[in-house]
Amino acid sequence: MPEQLAFTIEVFLNGLMAGVLYALVALGFVLIYKASGIFNYAQGVMALFAAMTLVGIQNGQVPFSHLINAILGTDVHHFGWHVHSAIAIVFTVAVMVVLAVCVQRFVFRHLVGQEPIILFMATIGLAYFLEGVADLMWGSEIKSLNVCAAEGACLPQGLNMWIDETTYNAFGYGFFIDNLDIVASIVAIILVVGLVMFAQYTKQGRAMRAVADDHQAALSVGVSLNFIWILVWSLAGFVALVAGIMWGAKSGVQFSLSLIALKALPVLMLGGFTSIPGAIVGGLIIGVGEKLFEFLIGAPFLGGATENWFAYMLALLFLVFRPQGLFGEKIIERV
Amino acid sequence: MNATAESYTTEDGRTIGPVVMEMKNITLRFGGVEAIKDISFDIREGEIRAIIGPNGAGKSSMLNVISGFYVPQEGEVWYKGSRRPSMRPYQVAEQGIARTFQNIALFEGMSVLDNVMTGRLTHMNTGLFAQSFWKGKAEQEEIANREVAEKIIDFLEIQAIRKTPVSRLSYGLKKRVELARALAAEPSILLLDEPMAGMNVEEKEDMSRFILDVNDEFGTTIALIEHDMGVVMDLSDRVVVMDYGKKIGDGTPDDVRNNQDVIDAYLGVAHD
Repeated sequence: MPEQLAFTIEVFLNGLMAGVLYALVALGFVLIYKASGIFNYAQGVMALFAAMTLVGIQNGQVPFSHLINAILGTDVHHFGWHVHSAIAIVFTVAVMVVLAVCVQRFVFRHLVGQEPIILFMATIGLAYFLEGVADLMWGSEIKSLNVCAAEGACLPQGLNMWIDETTYNAFGYGFFIDNLDIVASIVAIILVVGLVMFAQYTKQGRAMRAVADDHQAALSVGVSLNFIWILVWSLAGFVALVAGIMWGAKSGVQFSLSLIALKALPVLMLGGFTSIPGAIVGGLIIGVGEKLFEFLIGAPFLGGATENWFAYMLALLFLVFRPQGLFGEKIIERV
Repeated sequence: MNATAESYTTEDGRTIGPVVMEMKNITLRFGGVEAIKDISFDIREGEIRAIIGPNGAGKSSMLNVISGFYVPQEGEVWYKGSRRPSMRPYQVAEQGIARTFQNIALFEGMSVLDNVMTGRLTHMNTGLFAQSFWKGKAEQEEIANREVAEKIIDFLEIQAIRKTPVSRLSYGLKKRVELARALAAEPSILLLDEPMAGMNVEEKEDMSRFILDVNDEFGTTIALIEHDMGVVMDLSDRVVVMDYGKKIGDGTPDDVRNNQDVIDAYLGVAHD
């Protein structure tokens, strides 16, 4: 096998894995957008917030420690214990549910029936507010996230090699693939299958689809919109946590994590804002597209760094030729 | 008039049950406009109760008050012998009051069967945990709910389009699917908002037949709104007539037909 072809395949595979991470973030957007028509700008910050909370709980960090110390004149930073990552994840999910309830209770319940642009503005506000809270709560230094943090506090054995790159041999050629990426892909697949099953086969899932389709009709069959919105924000929080873990493990938990949300935008334009499969396929196309473009055209001919803008350009093309995305509901106006 | 707690038999042999819902002195305002002015009437078990009136009379507002979409400023709603506290629409639905809408509110992206199944949501009680394993109680419940849905689909003769996405159906069929979804809840009161609006003669006849059959077969209490006098007179047991937010007539179709106020409202009258 020629060297060049094998290398292309490796780039392709890496792109696929990066795409999975984009798809995870995009999924959070789709969930909320479908059920409530809100484009949640804060999704990326939610991923950041979730990842920081997870690390904070794992390391036994005292939340709001700077604030507490400044007011009380104390000097506490750590509880002095380490929490098993599985337990920390459960606590973080609980925090995300509380966040969902608060967001619904204090913000969006008062904005029911407002223009989409107003709801969007509210989510921008929410994003900055949440970023501030995250900073105040856990501090702004870069933290490394290892889901198998302390010795002995790891899930099944052997997962410590998550972050390592491993060489896989195929066709007599060594492929460099992040083990983390493989784990991320598997988690993403489980997550998506789980979400689809939930939406398809449970009472709450049915109610969720009903709300996504028509608010008035949903009310008339006995669905509480408030409950469903809290449910959807909780799910989005959970998806944000998963995305946060994956990105955090890859590049450290830092504030630039919230910017990955911007990469989800072109993914959504490709996949359509209302389609869960669309988010997945869109993410994969963007991931593969930008890596291959960089490798085949960008680096040799355009001076590189095309990954920064390739996704947006692709999205622009889609907006011109297929505004509803690959899987979005086709917009047909009856005259 | 008949006592509220007793049943009675009409001249053509229909048995009408005791009062199941009573509206007492309802007043509803939108800003300075009074959409409903001090209206009282009752709905009896097993009857077909019509609310009629010209456009803008406040009929739809009345239906929205019953189904909890509007909260009246004054007056009381009594349901099954007790006063109903202020409720949200989904709570009203949980109490067994189902409705359809004048401008059809279906889940366009779902199939007909899925739409009808959403009507069963208030009958699904298994917890999320049990559902995720899809065994035992959860499975039985799903099967039972599915049976009810299929029975209603059969009854309304929409088997052929069970799997069709609702967005592809004609207007008349959509109205029928909406009726099916409301019926799937096995409601104690079924509210129909202009079930025949915008239909051609044939569709109107079909719909009339279904409404009568539903009432006959399931004994469902039906309250419906219509501004086409002819249709209503044939269908209903008792009629409330509204005009400019006020009640101007209440009684059997024959009573109402001979009521001078009603004739004036419909035919117009010279005010001097």
